[in-house]
Amino acid sequence: MALLDIKDLNVTFSKGAERVHAVRGVSFAVAEGESYGIVGESGSGKSTVLRAICGLAPVTGGTIRIDGQQLADDRRPDFYRKVQMVFQDPYASLHPRHTVDKVLSEPLAIHGFSDRETRVEQALEDVGLGKGFRFRYPHQLSGGQRQRVAIARALILEPRILLLDEPTSALDASIQAEVLNLLDRIRGERGLTYVLVSHDLSVVAHMCERLMVMQHGQAVEEMTRASLQSRSATQDYTRKLLIASLGYRAAQEEQAS
Amino acid sequence: MSVADTPRREWLLSDQPTSRRQARLGQMYRTWLAFRQNKLAMIGLGIVLLLVLVAIFADLIAPYDPLISGDLRTARLVPPSWDHLMGTDDQARDIFSRVVHGSRLTLMVVALVAIIATPIGLLVGTTAGYFGGWTDTILMRITDIFLAFPRLILALAFVAALGPGIENAIIAIAITSWPPYARLARAETLTIRDTDYIAAIRLQGASSLRIISGHVVPLCLSSVIIRVTLDMAGIILTAAGLGFLGLGAQPPQPEWGAMIAAGRRFLLDFWWVATMPGIAIFTVSLGFNLLGDGLRDVLDPKGRG
Repeated sequence: MALLDIKDLNVTFSKGAERVHAVRGVSFAVAEGESYGIVGESGSGKSTVLRAICGLAPVTGGTIRIDGQQLADDRRPDFYRKVQMVFQDPYASLHPRHTVDKVLSEPLAIHGFSDRETRVEQALEDVGLGKGFRFRYPHQLSGGQRQRVAIARALILEPRILLLDEPTSALDASIQAEVLNLLDRIRGERGLTYVLVSHDLSVVAHMCERLMVMQHGQAVEEMTRASLQSRSATQDYTRKLLIASLGYRAAQEEQAS
Repeated sequence: MSVADTPRREWLLSDQPTSRRQARLGQMYRTWLAFRQNKLAMIGLGIVLLLVLVAIFADLIAPYDPLISGDLRTARLVPPSWDHLMGTDDQARDIFSRVVHGSRLTLMVVALVAIIATPIGLLVGTTAGYFGGWTDTILMRITDIFLAFPRLILALAFVAALGPGIENAIIAIAITSWPPYARLARAETLTIRDTDYIAAIRLQGASSLRIISGHVVPLCLSSVIIRVTLDMAGIILTAAGLGFLGLGAQPPQPEWGAMIAAGRRFLLDFWWVATMPGIAIFTVSLGFNLLGDGLRDVLDPKGRG
Protein backbone atom coordinates (compact mmCIF):
# COMPACT_ATOMS: atom_id res chain seq x y z
CA MET A 1 0.00 0.00 0.00
CA ALA A 2 1.19 3.47 -0.83
CA LEU A 3 2.33 5.66 2.05
CA LEU A 4 1.09 8.80 0.38
CA ASP A 5 -1.90 8.47 -1.88
CA ILE A 6 -3.39 11.47 -3.62
CA LYS A 7 -6.53 11.17 -5.71
CA ASP A 8 -8.08 13.81 -7.94
CA LEU A 9 -6.60 16.73 -5.98
CA ASN A 10 -8.03 20.15 -6.73
CA VAL A 11 -6.80 23.44 -5.31
CA THR A 12 -8.59 26.71 -5.96
CA PHE A 13 -7.40 30.02 -4.58
CA SER A 14 -10.17 32.57 -4.34
CA LYS A 15 -9.88 36.19 -3.39
CA GLY A 16 -13.14 38.07 -3.70
CA ALA A 17 -14.55 37.27 -7.11
CA GLU A 18 -11.19 36.18 -8.51
CA ARG A 19 -10.57 32.44 -8.70
CA VAL A 20 -7.43 30.63 -9.65
CA HIS A 21 -7.72 26.92 -10.25
CA ALA A 22 -4.10 26.05 -9.50
CA VAL A 23 -4.28 22.26 -9.35
CA ARG A 24 -6.80 20.30 -11.44
CA GLY A 25 -7.44 16.69 -10.68
CA VAL A 26 -3.93 15.50 -9.93
CA SER A 27 -3.49 11.93 -8.69
CA PHE A 28 -0.36 10.06 -7.68
CA ALA A 29 0.84 7.55 -5.13
CA VAL A 30 4.19 7.27 -3.44
CA ALA A 31 5.33 4.05 -1.78
CA GLU A 32 7.25 3.96 1.48
CA GLY A 33 10.94 4.68 0.93
CA GLU A 34 10.37 5.91 -2.60
CA SER A 35 11.47 9.24 -3.99
CA TYR A 36 8.92 10.85 -6.25
CA GLY A 37 9.53 13.90 -8.43
CA ILE A 38 7.14 16.52 -9.70
CA VAL A 39 8.44 18.52 -12.64
CA GLY A 40 6.99 21.45 -14.47
CA GLU A 41 7.50 25.04 -15.50
CA SER A 42 6.84 27.99 -13.18
CA GLY A 43 3.16 28.30 -12.35
CA SER A 44 2.36 24.70 -13.25
CA GLY A 45 1.03 24.09 -9.73
CA LYS A 46 3.77 21.73 -8.61
CA SER A 47 4.61 23.60 -5.40
CA THR A 48 0.92 24.04 -4.69
CA VAL A 49 0.52 20.26 -4.58
CA LEU A 50 3.06 20.14 -1.74
CA ARG A 51 1.44 23.03 0.08
CA ALA A 52 -1.94 21.35 -0.27
CA ILE A 53 -0.58 18.20 1.38
CA CYS A 54 0.60 20.32 4.31
CA GLY A 55 -2.66 22.20 4.60
CA LEU A 56 -1.07 25.48 3.50
CA ALA A 57 -3.18 25.69 0.34
CA PRO A 58 -6.98 25.38 0.13
CA VAL A 59 -7.96 21.90 -1.07
CA THR A 60 -11.27 22.14 -2.94
CA GLY A 61 -11.60 18.57 -4.08
CA GLY A 62 -10.11 15.11 -3.96
CA THR A 63 -8.52 13.11 -1.17
CA ILE A 64 -5.10 12.91 0.43
CA ARG A 65 -4.34 9.70 2.29
CA ILE A 66 -1.33 8.97 4.43
CA ASP A 67 -0.96 5.35 5.52
CA GLY A 68 -4.45 4.78 4.17
CA GLN A 69 -5.93 7.38 6.48
CA GLN A 70 -7.65 10.31 4.86
CA LEU A 71 -6.48 13.68 6.16
CA ALA A 72 -9.06 15.89 7.83
CA ASP A 73 -9.27 19.56 6.87
CA ASP A 74 -7.47 20.53 10.06
CA ARG A 75 -4.18 18.72 10.37
CA ARG A 76 -3.73 16.92 13.69
CA PRO A 77 -0.50 17.20 15.70
CA ASP A 78 0.58 13.69 14.69
CA PHE A 79 0.45 14.77 11.03
CA TYR A 80 3.34 17.15 11.62
CA ARG A 81 5.40 14.31 13.03
CA LYS A 82 4.82 12.28 9.88
CA VAL A 83 5.19 14.93 7.20
CA GLN A 84 7.63 17.83 7.05
CA MET A 85 8.66 20.23 4.33
CA VAL A 86 11.81 21.98 3.13
CA PHE A 87 11.14 25.27 1.41
CA GLN A 88 12.62 26.70 -1.73
CA ASP A 89 14.31 29.86 -0.53
CA PRO A 90 16.54 29.39 2.52
CA TYR A 91 16.76 33.17 2.85
CA ALA A 92 13.02 33.34 3.49
CA SER A 93 12.40 30.16 5.44
CA LEU A 94 14.38 30.98 8.60
CA HIS A 95 13.10 33.51 11.13
CA PRO A 96 15.55 36.44 11.02
CA ARG A 97 15.54 36.95 14.80
CA HIS A 98 15.86 33.34 15.89
CA THR A 99 19.12 31.49 16.42
CA VAL A 100 19.64 28.06 14.87
CA ASP A 101 19.21 26.65 18.37
CA LYS A 102 15.79 28.27 18.73
CA VAL A 103 14.73 27.13 15.26
CA LEU A 104 15.59 23.52 16.08
CA SER A 105 14.44 23.34 19.69
CA GLU A 106 11.04 24.96 19.17
CA PRO A 107 9.43 21.98 17.35
CA LEU A 108 10.83 19.73 20.09
CA ALA A 109 9.21 21.95 22.71
CA ILE A 110 5.89 21.96 20.83
CA HIS A 111 5.80 18.17 20.69
CA GLY A 112 7.10 17.68 24.21
CA PHE A 113 10.41 15.93 23.54
CA SER A 114 12.53 15.59 26.65
CA ASP A 115 16.17 15.25 25.53
CA ARG A 116 16.20 18.44 23.49
CA GLU A 117 19.86 19.34 23.99
CA THR A 118 21.20 16.11 22.51
CA ARG A 119 18.61 16.05 19.75
CA VAL A 120 19.50 19.57 18.59
CA GLU A 121 23.21 18.74 18.55
CA GLN A 122 22.56 15.45 16.77
CA ALA A 123 20.37 17.18 14.17
CA LEU A 124 23.13 19.67 13.40
CA GLU A 125 25.64 16.85 13.17
CA ASP A 126 23.38 14.93 10.77
CA VAL A 127 23.25 17.76 8.24
CA GLY A 128 26.99 18.35 8.41
CA LEU A 129 26.98 21.46 10.60
CA GLY A 130 29.06 21.44 13.76
CA LYS A 131 28.20 22.69 17.23
CA GLY A 132 29.71 26.05 16.30
CA PHE A 133 26.62 26.83 14.27
CA ARG A 134 24.16 26.23 17.06
CA PHE A 135 23.85 29.76 18.40
CA ARG A 136 24.23 31.66 15.16
CA TYR A 137 21.59 33.86 13.61
CA PRO A 138 20.52 33.27 9.99
CA HIS A 139 22.35 36.39 8.82
CA GLN A 140 25.59 34.76 10.01
CA LEU A 141 25.03 31.79 7.68
CA SER A 142 25.51 31.25 3.95
CA GLY A 143 22.71 30.07 1.68
CA GLY A 144 23.87 26.45 1.76
CA GLN A 145 24.24 26.51 5.54
CA ARG A 146 20.78 27.99 5.88
CA GLN A 147 19.31 25.24 3.74
CA ARG A 148 21.07 22.66 5.91
CA VAL A 149 19.47 24.24 8.97
CA ALA A 150 16.09 24.12 7.21
CA ILE A 151 16.66 20.42 6.47
CA ALA A 152 17.66 19.81 10.09
CA ARG A 153 14.47 21.56 11.19
CA ALA A 154 12.37 19.35 8.93
CA LEU A 155 14.10 16.20 10.18
CA ILE A 156 14.10 16.97 13.87
CA LEU A 157 10.57 15.64 14.40
CA GLU A 158 11.63 12.41 12.66
CA PRO A 159 9.01 12.49 9.92
CA ARG A 160 8.48 9.64 7.46
CA ILE A 161 7.68 11.84 4.49
CA LEU A 162 9.77 14.82 3.48
CA LEU A 163 8.31 17.28 1.00
CA LEU A 164 11.05 19.14 -0.85
CA ASP A 165 10.00 22.30 -2.66
CA GLU A 166 12.85 23.07 -5.06
CA PRO A 167 15.35 22.66 -2.22
CA THR A 168 18.35 23.66 -4.30
CA SER A 169 17.08 26.15 -6.86
CA ALA A 170 18.16 29.14 -4.77
CA LEU A 171 21.70 27.80 -4.30
CA ASP A 172 24.95 27.92 -6.27
CA ALA A 173 25.68 24.95 -8.53
CA SER A 174 28.44 23.62 -6.26
CA ILE A 175 26.29 23.92 -3.13
CA GLN A 176 23.36 22.32 -4.98
CA ALA A 177 25.28 19.10 -5.39
CA GLU A 178 26.29 19.10 -1.71
CA VAL A 179 22.71 19.57 -0.53
CA LEU A 180 21.37 16.95 -2.95
CA ASN A 181 23.97 14.44 -1.78
CA LEU A 182 23.07 15.25 1.81
CA LEU A 183 19.39 14.62 1.07
CA ASP A 184 20.25 11.38 -0.73
CA ARG A 185 22.38 10.17 2.17
CA ILE A 186 19.73 10.98 4.76
CA ARG A 187 17.09 9.14 2.77
CA GLY A 188 19.31 6.10 2.60
CA GLU A 189 20.04 6.22 6.33
CA ARG A 190 16.50 6.74 7.52
CA GLY A 191 14.40 5.15 4.82
CA LEU A 192 12.53 8.37 4.23
CA THR A 193 9.95 8.97 1.55
CA TYR A 194 10.58 12.05 -0.58
CA VAL A 195 8.32 14.11 -2.77
CA LEU A 196 10.61 16.45 -4.66
CA VAL A 197 9.37 19.38 -6.69
CA SER A 198 11.74 20.88 -9.21
CA HIS A 199 11.89 22.56 -12.58
CA ASP A 200 15.30 20.99 -13.12
CA LEU A 201 15.03 17.59 -14.83
CA SER A 202 18.61 16.65 -14.02
CA VAL A 203 17.97 17.13 -10.29
CA VAL A 204 14.87 14.96 -10.51
CA ALA A 205 16.69 12.34 -12.61
CA HIS A 206 19.41 12.22 -9.95
CA MET A 207 17.08 12.06 -6.96
CA CYS A 208 13.87 10.32 -7.96
CA GLU A 209 12.81 6.86 -9.09
CA ARG A 210 9.56 8.07 -10.57
CA LEU A 211 8.28 11.46 -11.60
CA MET A 212 5.23 13.30 -12.80
CA VAL A 213 5.26 16.11 -15.33
CA MET A 214 2.79 18.91 -14.68
CA GLN A 215 1.52 21.73 -16.84
CA HIS A 216 -1.23 24.28 -16.15
CA GLY A 217 -2.21 22.52 -12.94
CA GLN A 218 -2.69 19.15 -14.60
CA ALA A 219 -0.61 16.01 -14.68
CA VAL A 220 0.75 15.53 -18.18
CA GLU A 221 2.66 12.29 -17.84
CA GLU A 222 4.12 9.93 -15.29
CA MET A 223 7.57 8.52 -15.99
CA THR A 224 10.17 6.33 -14.39
CA ARG A 225 13.81 7.28 -14.07
CA ALA A 226 14.69 4.78 -16.81
CA SER A 227 12.23 6.25 -19.29
CA LEU A 228 13.50 9.73 -18.44
CA GLN A 229 17.08 8.70 -19.08
CA SER A 230 16.22 6.98 -22.35
CA ARG A 231 14.15 10.09 -23.11
CA SER A 232 11.17 8.07 -24.21
CA ALA A 233 8.42 10.53 -23.42
CA THR A 234 4.96 9.93 -24.77
CA GLN A 235 3.64 13.46 -24.52
CA ASP A 236 4.64 16.47 -26.61
CA TYR A 237 5.05 18.74 -23.62
CA THR A 238 7.39 16.32 -21.87
CA ARG A 239 9.52 16.09 -25.00
CA LYS A 240 9.77 19.88 -25.15
CA LEU A 241 10.73 19.94 -21.50
CA LEU A 242 13.41 17.33 -22.14
CA ILE A 243 14.85 19.33 -25.02
CA ALA A 244 14.77 22.52 -22.96
CA SER A 245 16.66 20.79 -20.18
CA LEU A 246 19.61 20.16 -22.51
CA GLY A 247 20.47 23.84 -22.55
CA TYR A 248 20.33 26.38 -25.37
CA ARG A 249 22.96 25.06 -27.76
CA ALA A 250 22.14 21.39 -27.35
CA ALA A 251 18.47 22.16 -27.87
CA GLN A 252 19.24 23.91 -31.14
CA GLU A 253 21.19 20.93 -32.42
CA GLU A 254 18.46 18.56 -31.34
CA GLN A 255 15.86 20.52 -33.26
CA ALA A 256 18.07 20.78 -36.33
CA SER A 257 18.66 17.05 -36.57
CA MET B 1 39.50 50.85 23.97
CA SER B 2 41.76 49.47 26.66
CA VAL B 3 43.57 46.14 26.44
CA ALA B 4 41.48 44.60 29.22
CA ASP B 5 38.30 45.14 27.20
CA THR B 6 39.52 43.29 24.13
CA PRO B 7 38.73 39.68 25.14
CA ARG B 8 35.26 40.68 26.21
CA ARG B 9 34.74 42.44 22.90
CA GLU B 10 35.89 39.38 21.01
CA TRP B 11 33.62 37.20 23.11
CA LEU B 12 30.69 39.44 22.24
CA LEU B 13 31.48 39.65 18.53
CA SER B 14 32.30 35.95 18.14
CA ASP B 15 31.00 34.31 14.98
CA GLN B 16 30.51 31.07 16.86
CA PRO B 17 28.74 31.81 20.12
CA THR B 18 28.68 28.86 22.48
CA SER B 19 25.57 29.68 24.47
CA ARG B 20 22.20 31.33 24.09
CA ARG B 21 23.30 34.14 26.36
CA GLN B 22 26.40 34.88 24.33
CA ALA B 23 24.40 34.93 21.08
CA ARG B 24 21.86 37.33 22.55
CA LEU B 25 24.40 39.61 24.19
CA GLY B 26 26.48 39.62 21.02
CA GLN B 27 23.47 40.68 19.01
CA MET B 28 22.72 43.46 21.48
CA TYR B 29 26.35 44.61 21.43
CA ARG B 30 26.31 44.80 17.64
CA THR B 31 23.15 46.91 17.76
CA TRP B 32 24.78 49.15 20.35
CA LEU B 33 27.90 49.57 18.18
CA ALA B 34 25.69 50.64 15.27
CA PHE B 35 23.70 52.96 17.52
CA ARG B 36 26.87 54.55 18.89
CA GLN B 37 27.84 55.72 15.42
CA ASN B 38 24.91 58.11 15.41
CA LYS B 39 25.95 61.27 17.31
CA LEU B 40 22.48 62.84 17.44
CA ALA B 41 20.96 59.61 18.72
CA MET B 42 23.59 59.51 21.46
CA ILE B 43 22.63 63.08 22.43
CA GLY B 44 18.99 61.95 22.56
CA LEU B 45 19.92 58.97 24.70
CA GLY B 46 21.93 61.29 26.95
CA ILE B 47 18.94 63.60 27.43
CA VAL B 48 16.62 60.69 28.22
CA LEU B 49 19.12 59.18 30.68
CA LEU B 50 19.52 62.61 32.28
CA LEU B 51 15.74 62.81 32.67
CA VAL B 52 15.73 59.42 34.37
CA LEU B 53 18.61 60.36 36.69
CA VAL B 54 17.04 63.71 37.58
CA ALA B 55 13.76 61.94 38.32
CA ILE B 56 15.47 59.38 40.56
CA PHE B 57 17.59 61.91 42.47
CA ALA B 58 15.06 64.75 42.44
CA ASP B 59 15.16 65.02 46.24
CA LEU B 60 18.93 65.47 46.25
CA ILE B 61 19.09 67.83 43.28
CA ALA B 62 16.27 70.18 44.15
CA PRO B 63 17.48 72.84 46.63
CA TYR B 64 13.97 73.79 47.79
CA ASP B 65 10.68 72.04 48.43
CA PRO B 66 8.66 72.05 45.19
CA LEU B 67 5.30 72.38 46.91
CA ILE B 68 5.81 74.65 49.92
CA SER B 69 5.88 78.38 49.25
CA GLY B 70 8.76 80.60 50.31
CA ASP B 71 8.35 84.02 51.89
CA LEU B 72 5.45 85.48 49.96
CA ARG B 73 6.48 89.09 50.74
CA THR B 74 10.05 88.94 49.51
CA ALA B 75 10.48 85.79 47.37
CA ARG B 76 7.64 86.06 44.85
CA LEU B 77 8.51 86.16 41.12
CA VAL B 78 12.22 86.64 41.75
CA PRO B 79 14.20 86.55 38.49
CA PRO B 80 16.80 83.80 37.95
CA SER B 81 19.82 84.20 40.23
CA TRP B 82 22.31 81.93 42.03
CA ASP B 83 19.82 81.52 44.87
CA HIS B 84 17.04 80.54 42.51
CA LEU B 85 18.54 79.19 39.27
CA MET B 86 15.29 79.54 37.37
CA GLY B 87 13.70 82.23 39.54
CA THR B 88 10.54 81.78 41.59
CA ASP B 89 6.86 81.74 40.70
CA ASP B 90 3.91 83.73 42.03
CA GLN B 91 3.67 81.42 45.06
CA ALA B 92 7.35 82.13 45.86
CA ARG B 93 8.28 78.50 45.00
CA ASP B 94 11.66 77.79 43.46
CA ILE B 95 11.03 76.99 39.78
CA PHE B 96 14.21 74.91 39.42
CA SER B 97 13.05 72.60 42.21
CA ARG B 98 9.64 72.34 40.63
CA VAL B 99 11.07 71.55 37.20
CA VAL B 100 13.32 68.89 38.77
CA HIS B 101 10.40 67.27 40.59
CA GLY B 102 8.21 67.68 37.52
CA SER B 103 10.55 65.28 35.68
CA ARG B 104 9.10 62.50 37.85
CA LEU B 105 5.58 63.24 36.67
CA THR B 106 6.73 63.49 33.06
CA LEU B 107 8.62 60.24 33.26
CA MET B 108 5.69 58.53 34.96
CA VAL B 109 3.29 59.68 32.25
CA VAL B 110 5.62 58.58 29.46
CA ALA B 111 6.45 55.22 31.02
CA LEU B 112 2.90 54.32 31.99
CA VAL B 113 1.47 55.32 28.62
CA ALA B 114 4.14 53.22 26.88
CA ILE B 115 3.49 50.25 29.16
CA ILE B 116 -0.28 50.43 28.68
CA ALA B 117 -0.58 51.45 25.03
CA THR B 118 2.19 49.37 23.40
CA PRO B 119 0.88 45.91 24.43
CA ILE B 120 -2.70 46.85 23.50
CA GLY B 121 -1.59 48.09 20.10
CA LEU B 122 0.63 45.07 19.48
CA LEU B 123 -2.03 42.60 20.58
CA VAL B 124 -4.82 44.14 18.50
CA GLY B 125 -2.62 44.70 15.45
CA THR B 126 -0.93 41.31 15.31
CA THR B 127 -4.15 39.43 16.03
CA ALA B 128 -6.02 41.32 13.32
CA GLY B 129 -3.21 40.91 10.82
CA TYR B 130 -2.52 37.24 11.53
CA PHE B 131 -6.09 35.93 11.47
CA GLY B 132 -7.45 38.30 8.84
CA GLY B 133 -11.08 37.97 7.75
CA TRP B 134 -13.73 38.91 10.25
CA THR B 135 -11.33 39.26 13.17
CA ASP B 136 -9.37 41.77 11.14
CA THR B 137 -12.45 43.70 10.04
CA ILE B 138 -13.90 44.01 13.53
CA LEU B 139 -10.65 44.92 15.28
CA MET B 140 -9.57 47.42 12.67
CA ARG B 141 -12.98 49.15 12.56
CA ILE B 142 -12.75 49.61 16.33
CA THR B 143 -9.27 51.03 15.79
CA ASP B 144 -10.64 53.33 13.10
CA ILE B 145 -13.23 54.68 15.50
CA PHE B 146 -10.47 55.64 17.94
CA LEU B 147 -8.39 57.11 15.13
CA ALA B 148 -11.29 59.21 13.89
CA PHE B 149 -11.05 61.59 16.85
CA PRO B 150 -8.23 64.08 17.25
CA ARG B 151 -6.09 62.77 20.07
CA LEU B 152 -6.28 65.73 22.44
CA ILE B 153 -10.06 66.03 21.97
CA LEU B 154 -10.60 62.35 22.78
CA ALA B 155 -8.25 62.61 25.77
CA LEU B 156 -10.19 65.68 26.90
CA ALA B 157 -13.45 63.75 26.65
CA PHE B 158 -12.04 60.84 28.67
CA VAL B 159 -10.60 63.11 31.33
CA ALA B 160 -13.87 65.00 31.50
CA ALA B 161 -15.68 61.71 32.04
CA LEU B 162 -13.14 60.22 34.46
CA GLY B 163 -12.44 63.46 36.35
CA PRO B 164 -9.30 65.60 36.27
CA GLY B 165 -6.03 64.30 37.69
CA ILE B 166 -2.70 62.95 36.50
CA GLU B 167 -3.77 59.27 36.73
CA ASN B 168 -6.83 59.85 34.60
CA ALA B 169 -4.77 61.89 32.17
CA ILE B 170 -2.42 58.90 31.80
CA ILE B 171 -5.33 56.52 31.20
CA ALA B 172 -6.86 58.93 28.68
CA ILE B 173 -3.59 59.35 26.79
CA ALA B 174 -2.97 55.60 26.78
CA ILE B 175 -6.47 54.92 25.44
CA THR B 176 -5.95 57.42 22.67
CA SER B 177 -2.43 56.42 21.66
CA TRP B 178 -2.71 52.67 20.95
CA PRO B 179 -4.54 52.80 17.57
CA PRO B 180 -1.52 53.92 15.51
CA TYR B 181 0.52 51.07 17.04
CA ALA B 182 -2.20 48.59 16.16
CA ARG B 183 -2.19 49.86 12.59
CA LEU B 184 1.56 49.60 12.36
CA ALA B 185 1.67 46.12 13.92
CA ARG B 186 -1.07 44.91 11.57
CA ALA B 187 0.75 46.21 8.51
CA GLU B 188 3.95 44.47 9.61
CA THR B 189 2.05 41.27 10.42
CA LEU B 190 0.49 41.18 6.96
CA THR B 191 3.94 41.09 5.39
CA ILE B 192 5.19 38.47 7.88
CA ARG B 193 2.12 36.22 7.84
CA ASP B 194 2.69 34.62 4.45
CA THR B 195 6.44 34.14 4.68
CA ASP B 196 7.98 30.69 4.55
CA TYR B 197 9.28 30.81 8.11
CA ILE B 198 5.76 31.28 9.44
CA ALA B 199 4.57 28.45 7.15
CA ALA B 200 7.45 26.35 8.50
CA ILE B 201 6.59 26.88 12.15
CA ARG B 202 2.93 26.24 11.37
CA LEU B 203 4.04 22.95 9.84
CA GLN B 204 5.79 22.14 13.09
CA GLY B 205 2.37 22.20 14.70
CA ALA B 206 2.71 25.49 16.57
CA SER B 207 -0.48 27.07 17.91
CA SER B 208 -1.61 30.50 16.75
CA LEU B 209 -0.77 31.90 20.18
CA ARG B 210 2.80 30.62 19.93
CA ILE B 211 3.22 31.90 16.39
CA ILE B 212 1.92 35.36 17.22
CA SER B 213 3.81 35.78 20.49
CA GLY B 214 7.03 34.07 19.51
CA HIS B 215 7.38 34.77 15.82
CA VAL B 216 5.24 37.70 14.73
CA VAL B 217 5.52 40.05 17.71
CA PRO B 218 9.34 40.08 17.86
CA LEU B 219 9.45 41.27 14.27
CA CYS B 220 6.78 43.94 14.81
CA LEU B 221 8.28 45.04 18.08
CA SER B 222 11.15 47.10 16.74
CA SER B 223 9.03 49.29 14.47
CA VAL B 224 6.49 49.73 17.25
CA ILE B 225 9.23 50.67 19.73
CA ILE B 226 10.56 53.23 17.26
CA ARG B 227 7.10 54.65 16.81
CA VAL B 228 6.46 54.76 20.57
CA THR B 229 9.75 56.56 21.16
CA LEU B 230 8.97 59.10 18.47
CA ASP B 231 5.50 59.51 19.99
CA MET B 232 6.93 60.18 23.45
CA ALA B 233 7.31 63.86 22.59
CA GLY B 234 3.66 63.95 21.55
CA ILE B 235 2.64 62.16 24.75
CA ILE B 236 4.57 64.67 26.87
CA LEU B 237 2.96 67.52 24.95
CA THR B 238 -0.51 66.00 25.33
CA ALA B 239 0.07 65.54 29.06
CA ALA B 240 1.34 69.11 29.24
CA GLY B 241 -1.64 70.26 27.18
CA LEU B 242 -4.06 68.54 29.57
CA GLY B 243 -2.14 70.08 32.46
CA PHE B 244 -2.29 73.47 30.75
CA LEU B 245 -6.07 73.16 30.42
CA GLY B 246 -6.31 72.21 34.09
CA LEU B 247 -7.42 68.64 33.36
CA GLY B 248 -4.15 66.86 33.99
CA ALA B 249 -2.02 67.27 37.09
CA GLN B 250 -3.74 69.35 39.74
CA PRO B 251 -2.12 72.16 41.76
CA PRO B 252 0.18 72.17 43.59
CA GLN B 253 1.74 69.26 41.65
CA PRO B 254 4.77 70.52 39.70
CA GLU B 255 3.67 69.29 36.27
CA TRP B 256 5.41 71.18 33.47
CA GLY B 257 2.31 71.93 31.40
CA ALA B 258 0.40 73.16 34.44
CA MET B 259 3.39 75.35 35.36
CA ILE B 260 3.31 76.97 31.93
CA ALA B 261 -0.40 77.56 32.34
CA ALA B 262 0.22 79.26 35.69
CA GLY B 263 2.99 81.41 34.24
CA ARG B 264 1.18 82.59 31.12
CA ARG B 265 -0.70 85.26 33.07
CA PHE B 266 2.49 87.22 33.57
CA LEU B 267 4.51 86.01 30.60
CA LEU B 268 5.60 89.51 29.53
CA ASP B 269 6.68 90.83 32.93
CA PHE B 270 8.04 87.65 34.49
CA TRP B 271 9.05 85.56 31.47
CA TRP B 272 10.94 82.88 33.40
CA VAL B 273 7.88 81.46 35.11
CA ALA B 274 6.46 79.98 31.89
CA THR B 275 9.71 79.72 29.94
CA MET B 276 11.67 77.42 32.25
CA PRO B 277 9.20 74.49 32.23
CA GLY B 278 8.76 75.19 28.51
CA ILE B 279 12.47 74.66 27.95
CA ALA B 280 12.26 71.45 29.96
CA ILE B 281 9.41 70.12 27.77
CA PHE B 282 11.26 71.18 24.64
CA THR B 283 14.49 69.48 25.69
CA VAL B 284 12.90 66.19 26.71
CA SER B 285 10.72 66.05 23.59
CA LEU B 286 13.78 66.68 21.45
CA GLY B 287 15.69 63.99 23.33
CA PHE B 288 13.01 61.37 22.68
CA ASN B 289 12.77 62.34 19.02
CA LEU B 290 16.52 62.05 18.50
CA LEU B 291 16.55 58.73 20.33
CA GLY B 292 13.66 57.44 18.21
CA ASP B 293 15.41 58.47 15.01
CA GLY B 294 18.57 56.68 16.08
CA LEU B 295 16.63 53.56 17.06
CA ARG B 296 14.97 53.54 13.67
CA ASP B 297 18.37 53.51 12.01
CA VAL B 298 19.59 50.47 13.94
CA LEU B 299 16.39 48.50 14.57
CA ASP B 300 14.40 48.90 11.38
CA PRO B 301 14.33 45.38 9.92
CA LYS B 302 14.13 46.75 6.41
CA GLY B 303 17.42 48.56 6.87
CA ARG B 304 19.35 45.33 7.49
CA GLY B 305 19.63 41.97 5.81
